[in-house]
Amino acid sequence: MEFNGIREIASALHTKEISVQELHDIYHQRQYSKADELNCLINITPELAKQQIQSSQALIDSNQANILTGIPIVHKDLFCTKDHHTTCGSRMLENFVSPYDATIVDNLNKAGMVTMAKANMDEFAMGSSNENSYFGAVKNPWDVTRVPGGSSGGSAVVVASGLSPIATGSDTGGSIRQPAALCGVTGIKPSYGRASRYGMVAFASSLDQAGVFARSAEDCSIVLSKMCSYDAKDSTSAQVKQEDFSKNLNQSIKGLKVGIVSEWMDSLPEDIRNTTTQAIQKLQDLGAELIEVELPTAHLAVSAYYVIAPAECSSNLSRFDGVRYGYQCENPVDLNDLYVRSRTEGFGDEVKRRIMVGTWALSAGFYDAYYLKAQKIRRLIAQDFSKAFENVDVIAAPVSPETAFEFNAKKDPVSMYQEDIYTIPSSLAGLPCMSIPIGLVNELPVGLQLIGHNLQESIILNVAHQFQQITDFHKQVAEGYYE
Amino acid sequence: MLINRKEVEQIAVLAKLRVSESKIDAITSSLDSVVDMINHINEIETDNVKPMANPMDAVQRLRADEVNEISHKEQLLAMASHADDDYFLVPTVVE
Amino acid sequence: MNNKTSSQINWETVIGLEIHTQLKTKSKLFAATNTAYGASPNTQVSFLEAAIPGTLPVFNEKVLRYAIRFGLAVGAKVIAKESTFDRKNYFYPDSPKGYQITQLNQPIVEHGTLTIQDKNGNDKIIRINRAHIEEDAGKSVHENYANYSGIDLNRCGTPLIEIVSEPDLSSAKEAVAYMKEIHTIVTHLGICDGNLQEGSFRCDANVSVRPKGQKELGTRTELKNINSFRFVEKAINIEIKRQIKLLESGGKITQETRLYDADKNETRPMRSKEEANDYRYFPDPDLLPVVIDQAYIDAQKQYIPEFPAAKINRYTQELKLKVDDAKIIAYDKPLSAFFDATVKQLVKAEPKTAANMLLGEYSALLNSKDALIQDQNITDIQFTGLIEALAEGKISHKIAKIILEKMWASGSSADDIIKQEGLAQVSDSGELESIISEIINNNQSQFIAYKEGDMKMFNFFVGQVMKQTKGRANPAQVKSILEKS
Repeated sequence: MEFNGIREIASALHTKEISVQELHDIYHQRQYSKADELNCLINITPELAKQQIQSSQALIDSNQANILTGIPIVHKDLFCTKDHHTTCGSRMLENFVSPYDATIVDNLNKAGMVTMAKANMDEFAMGSSNENSYFGAVKNPWDVTRVPGGSSGGSAVVVASGLSPIATGSDTGGSIRQPAALCGVTGIKPSYGRASRYGMVAFASSLDQAGVFARSAEDCSIVLSKMCSYDAKDSTSAQVKQEDFSKNLNQSIKGLKVGIVSEWMDSLPEDIRNTTTQAIQKLQDLGAELIEVELPTAHLAVSAYYVIAPAECSSNLSRFDGVRYGYQCENPVDLNDLYVRSRTEGFGDEVKRRIMVGTWALSAGFYDAYYLKAQKIRRLIAQDFSKAFENVDVIAAPVSPETAFEFNAKKDPVSMYQEDIYTIPSSLAGLPCMSIPIGLVNELPVGLQLIGHNLQESIILNVAHQFQQITDFHKQVAEGYYE
Repeated sequence: MLINRKEVEQIAVLAKLRVSESKIDAITSSLDSVVDMINHINEIETDNVKPMANPMDAVQRLRADEVNEISHKEQLLAMASHADDDYFLVPTVVE
Repeated sequence: MNNKTSSQINWETVIGLEIHTQLKTKSKLFAATNTAYGASPNTQVSFLEAAIPGTLPVFNEKVLRYAIRFGLAVGAKVIAKESTFDRKNYFYPDSPKGYQITQLNQPIVEHGTLTIQDKNGNDKIIRINRAHIEEDAGKSVHENYANYSGIDLNRCGTPLIEIVSEPDLSSAKEAVAYMKEIHTIVTHLGICDGNLQEGSFRCDANVSVRPKGQKELGTRTELKNINSFRFVEKAINIEIKRQIKLLESGGKITQETRLYDADKNETRPMRSKEEANDYRYFPDPDLLPVVIDQAYIDAQKQYIPEFPAAKINRYTQELKLKVDDAKIIAYDKPLSAFFDATVKQLVKAEPKTAANMLLGEYSALLNSKDALIQDQNITDIQFTGLIEALAEGKISHKIAKIILEKMWASGSSADDIIKQEGLAQVSDSGELESIISEIINNNQSQFIAYKEGDMKMFNFFVGQVMKQTKGRANPAQVKSILEKS
């Protein structure tokens, strides 16, 4: 049974064409047969699913269901799920059972979604290839010798391989958009502050945002609407009303002004540039007007990000010390040994590297030159975007400088960091942005990034949806996998 | 070299991480390349720019002084590798 | 070996104090967890205090108000309209997040002052550099365990204000005076219960010495967590001695943290909490700037009470109390509340009379009953009635004491008791004269002795009159009649 998105599934559930249990079983079977080879799941949650199947079926039976009732979902293992394992892809939290639900999980639970599993990820959300998980690398269904992108690699693959119609992810510097592009699915990161960070294990607090993977912009918009809410438990939560991001999907984009960053386009390899140009051309076909925009400081975004994010993470990860929960080393001889060995053994190499970079950047005498300076560059980049948005409604840009690369292709950390060159600037500015599939290059997916001004999720979703009305790229599935 | 081995050792101490003898040179080298990349931030002048700590430039919400929490004692102690009925346990801390 | 002749150097001491006051809020600084003292271990710990992943801080508004009140009370030049929180990063079991949330760069209060008396009794202004908000840490216990320490996180996350003085204090006595003044301010503001034993008021002292006249400060040591006023004075003095002795013998002061050992009366270096003191401060990205306007600050002014110094002034200047009495009352919040309420109601009586009765008989009565004045076993209205009766000459002082006890027991007013028990003073000279005549007649030999100059007999007759009248005779009248006899 193949479904064409949430609306179709919901319709089948509500007309009793299929029960929640039956629907669940379809995805469960798919997971059973494919999850291991792709290594995209860490833990499955059958007991939780069972409860939720029962309660959502009851709601459907009593005509109290909404569009998300009974729809399966997989959560990135960065989100706390009460009484279930939340590992963050790390040995440090391999056996950690969260005592509470993240707010976004709670929101989607309340909307009636059925949690099937926790997705694999780069450890503590640090990485661009999902090679940094303690539980092993995730494989790209388009070519299992290649990476799916990261850090939400597992979530992207889950949707790309049809193991769940929806998955949550997190995006700090591109961790939703880049894997979405590399796996040929749609992924969105809302404006900073839209989705509550309560219960989302912190990597870089001023950058982290929860988001959604789905097969279409429409599906993303439905889930994102329920996921995002003002949360008093998160001081950085935006005090804005909950919004229906799907409200403008069907609006025509005729006359919409789309910004193009030539510097970025010019820096792409030819084949990706061509594909990207063609996709942008389609926006023009839909009536959008293309306008050149400049982001003069964006070339410093990666450098600034690799001060800010490691600095914040070095502090956020200090709580992982083996004392109150998580991994503890064997037979510590004294307190310092307990700390040092638990952390050294519990964390993977990339996490330790970023902690070191962050510790260095904040160390005595360096604060002004690095952290403060990076925050100033951040301000300039945000100003660049604001200026651009005076002339355009949306910016269309590349997501990744390349298609899915092979495992171990990027041994040098800096080369890995450069993968996020197009995604980091909008992260620093806290803007809503998404990636939509725009075709294949050498049989590997390519994505187009749509960046909106602050709180303009419905505009970028509108553009994405209109694009997806006249194209089929978002429906393409890797051979041997499910829609 | 923008960052040397000794500095790396000092950072590891602050971060409560151990870098083994066999790995320290490789790690110093990779950190050095990261610092090199980071140093690009010095390319432009930012004297009159206000740092952006938070993309929303919003202000702190205030919470009423009320008690809503209950004891989580058993649950919390059960999560620890070493705890008894009342305390988290760590190797002795001497002051 | 160490028989140095006494040094020619005149040393002067430079002291700065860092005082941590725990705020009397119901809930913690960043979570809605109970702050009550004495709870059983780890029962007042939310997921936030345990640093469970994914938890986030939300700022308690009461803390902001209390901090502003402190700033107003010390005349702070700056009560920040925008203040921020910073992370102080270090690893220690009592600090689960691996960092403490504090305020480094933009504290809520800066540049206040208060006044103490120096050794000559002159006013000396001590500058307060800053007062900032930060969270308290947990506690570790060692007693129960051989090789382990137990960690109790109840105290973790309790709100503190850290008050940092400039190094304006020149002696241990001045340091204690300053510390006591801060104590008075925070307790009178009602923002801290000032309980040193329970640890809600803690003091660290930075001590250094230098030759008189030298501009540069000497190397300082930090004396930590001394939990009584007396120990502060002793610790500082012994540290000053130690530093001078060391310097005079050619040694150097190591900048370090030292603990005071009360039993041995010495200070010793503390095992360092962190080998490298690099706290890597940076603004906490989970919290946003705290922004307030002038109106918000002004709204706190109504909560600033009259402080003891102002009270003493008013009591001595306006109410004509003796300085010592004024001090006692002014520094005792419930006592001064009772006194002020009484004074407001007095018509004929002098405040002095009320003060004397309060400090004398009523205090003694309260002590004997192990009661507190604010329990109002005798209300201020009743007390006023008693003082007025005394002022009107209805009763003598001796009788007033008796009536006080009867008021406590019965809850009746002074006037009611006087009526019911016929305790009104006998002041009628005719009546007194006849009583006195009778007594003289019955005690002829004593009278003769009195007339011949035996003053003990005078007291005998006064005593007899009192006995006869059950203490109600007006003593002044009795004396004057006897003198005329």
